[in-house]
Amino acid sequence: MSRKNKSVVHKTRMKMSMPDRIFSIVNGLIMALVCVIIVYPLYYVIIASVTDPVIVNSGKPLFYPEKLYLKGYETTLAYKPLWTAYANTILYTVVGTLVSLVATIPAGYALSRKDLVGRRGLIFVFTFTMFFNGGIIPLYLTIRSLNIYNSIWAMVLPVAVSAYNLIVCRSFFESGIPDELLEAAKVDGCSDFGFFFKIAIPLSSTIIAVMALFYATAMWNQFFNALMYLQDDSKMPLQVVLRNLVLMNQANQMGSSGDAMVTKQKLAEQLKYCIVVVSAVPLLVVYPFVQKYFAKGVTIGAVKG
Amino acid sequence: MRASKKGGFKKALKCWQLYVLLIPALLWAAIFAYYPMYGVIIAFKDYKIRQGILGSPWANPFFKYFEEFFSTSIAVNSIKNTIIISLASLVIAFWIPVVFALLLNQVKGDRRRKTIQTISYAPYFMSNVVVVSIITVFFSANGVINSLITAGGGQEVLFTSLPEWFRPLFIGSNIWQTMGFNAVIYIAALTAISPDFYEAATIDGASRFQRILYIDIPMIMPTVILMLILQIGNIMNVGYEKAYLMQNGSNTIVSELISTYVYKVGLQTAQYSFATAVGLFNSVANFIILVIANKVAKKFSDISIF
Repeated sequence: MSRKNKSVVHKTRMKMSMPDRIFSIVNGLIMALVCVIIVYPLYYVIIASVTDPVIVNSGKPLFYPEKLYLKGYETTLAYKPLWTAYANTILYTVVGTLVSLVATIPAGYALSRKDLVGRRGLIFVFTFTMFFNGGIIPLYLTIRSLNIYNSIWAMVLPVAVSAYNLIVCRSFFESGIPDELLEAAKVDGCSDFGFFFKIAIPLSSTIIAVMALFYATAMWNQFFNALMYLQDDSKMPLQVVLRNLVLMNQANQMGSSGDAMVTKQKLAEQLKYCIVVVSAVPLLVVYPFVQKYFAKGVTIGAVKG
Repeated sequence: MRASKKGGFKKALKCWQLYVLLIPALLWAAIFAYYPMYGVIIAFKDYKIRQGILGSPWANPFFKYFEEFFSTSIAVNSIKNTIIISLASLVIAFWIPVVFALLLNQVKGDRRRKTIQTISYAPYFMSNVVVVSIITVFFSANGVINSLITAGGGQEVLFTSLPEWFRPLFIGSNIWQTMGFNAVIYIAALTAISPDFYEAATIDGASRFQRILYIDIPMIMPTVILMLILQIGNIMNVGYEKAYLMQNGSNTIVSELISTYVYKVGLQTAQYSFATAVGLFNSVANFIILVIANKVAKKFSDISIF
């Protein structure tokens, strides 16, 4: 096949052949469709949150807010429990991310050092946790016996280290910090601490950003652990409140008592959309700025999984 | 490399500061990973909180709680549900990111490619609660999907409560959530392919489709196999959080997984020993499958995770 076409292809190499052009068009259509499927549900929720519920409930696909109706956001913004939950989630995310970074970054660095005695064994200690665990009940009982049940530490500590993140981190240090640098620093009498804090850390803003992003997203989205390890309503994070309001249909309790029954019913539907938007907004706002780190992190992990 | 014991000790002493850097992570592993592994022995005991793990008497017979689990119909059902969801995900969902990466790689223009990629992994940031909320509003009786069906002359379908729609919705939304994220790894592998290959293939008159078939696919195969082992190694760990959120009275027959069942009997009714036994069965079965998958992959392709 190739021999006969060779001269022709050579001449028209810059132009596309017929099958290639068809391939290009079909591929373009597939990609467009994929993007629509991914974006539309998110877009729809945003539009529905500001559109008259009567139109939303008719079920027709929405492309722009046909009739603006903002009572949903008014009620949402005035609903105290949601903001308590918001504050809780922010607190858990900030503290959790800091704790995770303190545990993961130094360990990732130490595991990247080839002169660490027992390195293989130590790496195994962490990777093993990815494939085997005691299950939820023994972990629950551990949390109870540590007396951290129903406290912020029950949200933060059990998920402080993810073996996957630790390995990504180690891979970064292995390829990102040249051995010569360490040798040179050692000649100058630099200790391991000194090297880590003064040289390795300043060179690692990328991996710190990647780790912060991974851990912060996981923390922000934590739902099940809150269900298991927290008890007081006042301590629940956003995800639990979101689930109660949207999936357990408690949104109709949100409106003020002054509202008429009809308004209340109308509101209940719209409130669901508003709450989803409000709880996802921080991630959607931050996303465009951090997404390059996200891809980077996954790629580092892939190189030396 | 093998140093004498004394030499090894000396060397270890020399890098003591590195061990200090490891302390926080090791503490975490000891307390939150390995201590609970020790805690699984309560699966073989009649555990009472006041008596503690060691003080509680051994179960009689030893495998009492395992026998109890396997004698219920819930056991068989939840194991079946877990495996069906996993296998279906493996057969359907696993390949989609691979295909997506291959097609995306064919898109001309760096900027356009980057944009599509950025869009593709946005849903990975969404929590399961948000995703299930979106499913609920989209597929509800007066949601968009049903209005399209009725507009097309079809009958309204109660997607979120009909048992037969649980799996399609679960797997479909999984694809929506993770396709872009899972594809990143394959895209990285594709960008690493040397342009020389394509050059040579083009001169030989290979079409774009043929280039995918004879260059791209063989080159990313090792990555694909690696991901496949990892996925098989997690076969019993279905995303129980989402299953739990999607569960309702009418679909438990298919949505009850081993893990959701463990949560319910363990924490909602406090049958600690029983629930631990069920969880342990799950972990052990999963681990055995992982080891086998790893062995098979090692034998046929020289790729393994340990």
